[in-house]
Amino acid sequence: MSEKIQVPVMADKVAAGQNPEYLFWVGCAGSFDSRYQRVTQAFVQILDAVGIDYAVLGPEETCTGDPAKRSGNEFLFQMQAIQNIEVMNMYEVKKIITACPHCFNTIKNEYPALGGNYEVIHHSSFLQELIDSGKVKMSGGGEFKGKKITYHDSCYLGRANNIYEAPRKVLEALDADLAEMKRCRTKGLCCGAGGAQMFKEAEKGKKEVNIERMDDVLETKAQIVAAACPFCMTMLSDGVKHAEKETEIEVLDLAEIVAKNMDA
Amino acid sequence: MISQILFLLVTAAAAGLFAFQLRKVRQNIQLGRPLDRSDQPGERWKTMALVAFGQQKMFKRFTPAFLHAIVYVSFLVINIEVLEIVIDGIFGSHRILGQFSGPLYDVLMVVNEWLALLVIVACVIFMIRRNILKVKRFDGVEMEESKGTITRRNYSHLDANIILVTEIVLMAALFAFNVADIQLHALGAGALQSIDNLPGTFPVSSIFADMQLFGTNPHTLHLIERIGWWGHIVGIFLFLNYLPISKHFHIIMAFPNTYFSKLEPKGELDSPKNIHEEVKAAFDFNYQPVEDPNGPKRFGAKDITDLTWKSLMDAYTCTECGRCTSVCPANTTGKKLSPRKIVMDVRDRMEEASKYKLVPNEEGLLVPSDDSIEGAAEAAQHTLLGEHYITNEELLACTTCNACTEACPVNIDQVTIITEMRRYLIMEESSMPEEWGIMTQNIENNGAPWAMPAADRFNWAMDIDKIESNEKVSE
Ligand code: SF4
Ligand code: SF4
Repeated sequence: MSEKIQVPVMADKVAAGQNPEYLFWVGCAGSFDSRYQRVTQAFVQILDAVGIDYAVLGPEETCTGDPAKRSGNEFLFQMQAIQNIEVMNMYEVKKIITACPHCFNTIKNEYPALGGNYEVIHHSSFLQELIDSGKVKMSGGGEFKGKKITYHDSCYLGRANNIYEAPRKVLEALDADLAEMKRCRTKGLCCGAGGAQMFKEAEKGKKEVNIERMDDVLETKAQIVAAACPFCMTMLSDGVKHAEKETEIEVLDLAEIVAKNMDA
Repeated sequence: MISQILFLLVTAAAAGLFAFQLRKVRQNIQLGRPLDRSDQPGERWKTMALVAFGQQKMFKRFTPAFLHAIVYVSFLVINIEVLEIVIDGIFGSHRILGQFSGPLYDVLMVVNEWLALLVIVACVIFMIRRNILKVKRFDGVEMEESKGTITRRNYSHLDANIILVTEIVLMAALFAFNVADIQLHALGAGALQSIDNLPGTFPVSSIFADMQLFGTNPHTLHLIERIGWWGHIVGIFLFLNYLPISKHFHIIMAFPNTYFSKLEPKGELDSPKNIHEEVKAAFDFNYQPVEDPNGPKRFGAKDITDLTWKSLMDAYTCTECGRCTSVCPANTTGKKLSPRKIVMDVRDRMEEASKYKLVPNEEGLLVPSDDSIEGAAEAAQHTLLGEHYITNEELLACTTCNACTEACPVNIDQVTIITEMRRYLIMEESSMPEEWGIMTQNIENNGAPWAMPAADRFNWAMDIDKIESNEKVSE
């Protein structure tokens, strides 16, 4: 029977007079989406194993307002943002890590205008730092040895915020074979979920965007598609299902890959 | 003397007409809302130097970038020659720069001649790509050939062909001028141009001159030389005045437009102040929202007057190259959205407002200023949002992925236009897909876009194992 992790909550920590170095912003997908909960858990396992001084907001967290803003509902976005900023400022949060590129973009770029100024770090950059500084060591063999992995750029990490290398550096630390899709980095094709498309049917067309993206994935012959965004994860998983490749292709988040392969 | 006066008149007319056209464009751009882009001048100059002057983003696709670079560089170099022509035209001199800078003039002419030849080759290839190979990104609803009268919308191909043919003719005129000039001097008839020795080295024209392309009659040669000279400069004046109604206006607009680029991360959308005032009032019932008389008149954009001047400048800069549309995930999967069409629609609406003399009223809506103009009342009924220009379906298809803004060689920001218009749809008209209505309710009630109780938000943390010291992986 292995030991369980007690996830630290900001309110408890502050009540006990402690001021955690990092706030781990979980996001709605990380909290509620059953698939992405596993990513949240994997990331918490890493934070715990490395001994990072962090806490989550837990029940005090609410939607950043990103889908509201992108759909055009600026009013609701600002309502959400102001609530979140009040909570975070109350806890004197300085540094935020998040696994969701949409939360990352919104808090980093759009909260300052509303009074929320934090250093915001996406988990891909954070994982890269942990690996670079030797705090996380990848085991030589492991289940990724010799496997072909391709990385799907999230629009909100890549073009939106110029983060292209960190996720790749994380994957390079594995003993795997990294294959790029023909549309990658600045030319990466969207998964189809951004701009609040995640929460509605696509407009009329001849194809779904994630099916189009699946062609790029299949072309690489990768066994694993690495994602760094909850929406991409959903869209890519649906794409794999649509192509009836569930037994051959696995969609994994960077945090899951690291958690599975690190030496504790 | 007569030709000098004639030249002055032609030049003054061309310059005057061009200034008049620029003023009109400026007025149209000023229909937009204020926006402060005076920050970070250093960064702005740098962006302009790289993207406009250095053609940085063109080189994402090599073949067109290479051909375009030839035309672009020759455009810059030929400007020096135009300067000479203007001086010669006014003072009645001949190849004045050559009188002062012998060796430098040789270099200039050699470069000029090779470039001019390459321009002809490049333009021919461009025409083949567009008209015979029919490169896919030159297609699309917004590019369709006209069935009836020519409107801006379906003018793109004709426009491109007009410009390409003009460029070829301009270069041919230049060569005619050079060839005839060399032949004249070879015959010892240089006196016809009031100079004895022809300055400059002409690697291309001298081949044709050796072949005595234009015969041996000095008077015919002189006539051809004059036709070439006048043809070249008048062609350039016509070209200049054609620019403002053409996508080729980008050769000028690319510079200010890249200077005023959005420098914030692409993912960042602005937080409009007028909405912020409403939000403050929603949190505090005693708060009186402050109204900015110069601020936005409504939430989001319904017409061009609700967009900022920068979005309007974007529209005048568009080269209609289709790079944005060709990488748009919505467009490539068959949705109605085409970012190029969005930008062209903004420009067409500006032109409509200008043509019918529409002016904004206190609510920022465009109304006729002169009732005698036929069609003005009808034009005032149109708005950017609506069946005449941009429809809801187009706006709703955008994933805000920024592939378009990344691909655009002149830093146009299509996403800002799209999201501003979505704001209007949702905040003013409350017209949104049913699922977005549900999403909105969920965020309001549960603090998440899904129908999940807020109380369950922390359930994921209930049962997480610590990572065991990894015997399984340390072989
Ligand atoms: S941001 Fe919107 S318009 Fe631009 S490429 Fe993406 S989906 Fe198309
Ligand atoms: S917006 Fe930019 S990329 Fe799109 S057609 Fe115009 S110039 Fe080309």
